[in-house]
Amino acid sequence: MPRLDAADLRERMARDLPGAVLEAVPLQVAAAPTHGPQPGAFLTSDTLVAPSRLVEAACYLRDLLGYAYLSDIAVVDYLADDLFELVYRFYHVEGGEGLTIKVRIPRDHPEVPSLTPAWPGANFHEREAFDLYGIVFVGHPFLRRIYMWDEFEGFPMRKDFPKQGDKYIGADE
Amino acid sequence: MLKTEELQINIGPQHPSTHGVFRMIVTVDGETITDLKPVFGYLHRNHEQIAEQNTYLQNMPYTDRLDYFNSMANNQAYAMAIEKMVGIEVPERAEYLRVMMVELTRILNHAGALGFLINDMGMWQTQLAFGMREREKILDLFESASGARLMCNYFRFGGVVRDLPPDFIPRLKELLQAMPAFVDELERLLRENEILMQRAEGIGILPRDLALAYSVSGPVLRGSGIPYDVRKAEPYSVYDRFDFDVPVGTVGDVYDRFLVRIEEMRQSRRILEQVLEQLPDAQGGHINPKARQNVRPPVGDVYARIESPKGELGFYLVSDGSGKPYRYKVRAPSFINLTPLGDMCRGYKVADVVVILGSIDIVMGEVDR
Repeated sequence: MPRLDAADLRERMARDLPGAVLEAVPLQVAAAPTHGPQPGAFLTSDTLVAPSRLVEAACYLRDLLGYAYLSDIAVVDYLADDLFELVYRFYHVEGGEGLTIKVRIPRDHPEVPSLTPAWPGANFHEREAFDLYGIVFVGHPFLRRIYMWDEFEGFPMRKDFPKQGDKYIGADE
Repeated sequence: MLKTEELQINIGPQHPSTHGVFRMIVTVDGETITDLKPVFGYLHRNHEQIAEQNTYLQNMPYTDRLDYFNSMANNQAYAMAIEKMVGIEVPERAEYLRVMMVELTRILNHAGALGFLINDMGMWQTQLAFGMREREKILDLFESASGARLMCNYFRFGGVVRDLPPDFIPRLKELLQAMPAFVDELERLLRENEILMQRAEGIGILPRDLALAYSVSGPVLRGSGIPYDVRKAEPYSVYDRFDFDVPVGTVGDVYDRFLVRIEEMRQSRRILEQVLEQLPDAQGGHINPKARQNVRPPVGDVYARIESPKGELGFYLVSDGSGKPYRYKVRAPSFINLTPLGDMCRGYKVADVVVILGSIDIVMGEVDR
């Protein structure tokens, strides 16, 4: 079984793909609460990759390290930090723990290269991220809403999406 | 050569074999499928956002509603994520109880899935009733342990909500004793069934390399010949103590996925026998008495996954230090297993679509979230 952990991956990737690995900046996660203890900053131990080098880094994981199974793509909206974080999780088919790479993109320009041409399995993950967060995956062959209807406006999983009221109710009257 | 024109037809959203509300836009050339686009989201309720409004414990019964066939497995993945995040220890006995419930879930899921699949092939009700009969027995056991048949809500952080009732173990032993006859019967129904063989063999082939590229998991991945099972690949709970095999297929067609499920039921029975053997010696109670249920995990993220009956089920959670998750993401196996549906159906006949879809074994509650 392959035994690579997050620190090994960061080291190897920084060596083999110069310039692709970024220094992780601690995240505030949420706006400071008005009462109670202040939450600590969130400093990730996973490898942070430059958005423009994402495909290269993913192919490095697959072709050189053998982590060929793309298990999950999750998006997190860090509103207080004004960025989206995409979490890509890869596994080795022989087993063992997975490796994670993260990509941070600004909230006002959420664009990232698509993995779907290289990994057909990323298709629905990316469509879900587009539907619920409005992340634009450049190069995706069929980037359409997957859950919400096509005419829906807004991205419901964003932290600033209004949770009270529904503009569709009473719109016809 | 006769010149033909391509035609688009709609299967669903309301169709008895789509296992929920699921639509497929199929492009056909004569009877042959040239393209298929799945359309779903009819049951979408933004599960993930609702979960962000709930406390961590309130989400435990809510995970039952994802894959309503396998509520116990959903509970386990979610409980594991929280335990990893907060650092709660689970007593040995509780781990055995969890494994017992999840393996029972696997048996009932596969019994149901196989029954539905044969039903989809047009052999109405008889075989489905066989599967449902076994499922009922397991649901009765769940009811005696958790109080509910489907929405069990049995797991808690650090263990399970209550210990087994006194008559549970004898009833389970009885069920396990009767099980091989049922599985053999089900296998005979399929291996000696002309209709099924003709409609399953060589249909919906998903080759090995494509299965991996499409990130499918569970019986679909193993049916294509990749022996990947989270219970073996990254053992969690007490799975490293059991002796069991991971069945794999050879071709990756509907028939292989069928056989893999049958064999998995036998392997689950093997695990259950070992659980019954080891359970009396297990240390601790059914729950860690020090485990708090109103957890406030430290700031950070965590991912925990299990081998649910349908594939790899994972929860990705981000905590901001409060009592509610900042981000709650479900890696739903049926959702991802649908990705290659278009490729699996291309070149086959329209009538094969329902069979191929049935062999993936989806639950719309989990696909649409």
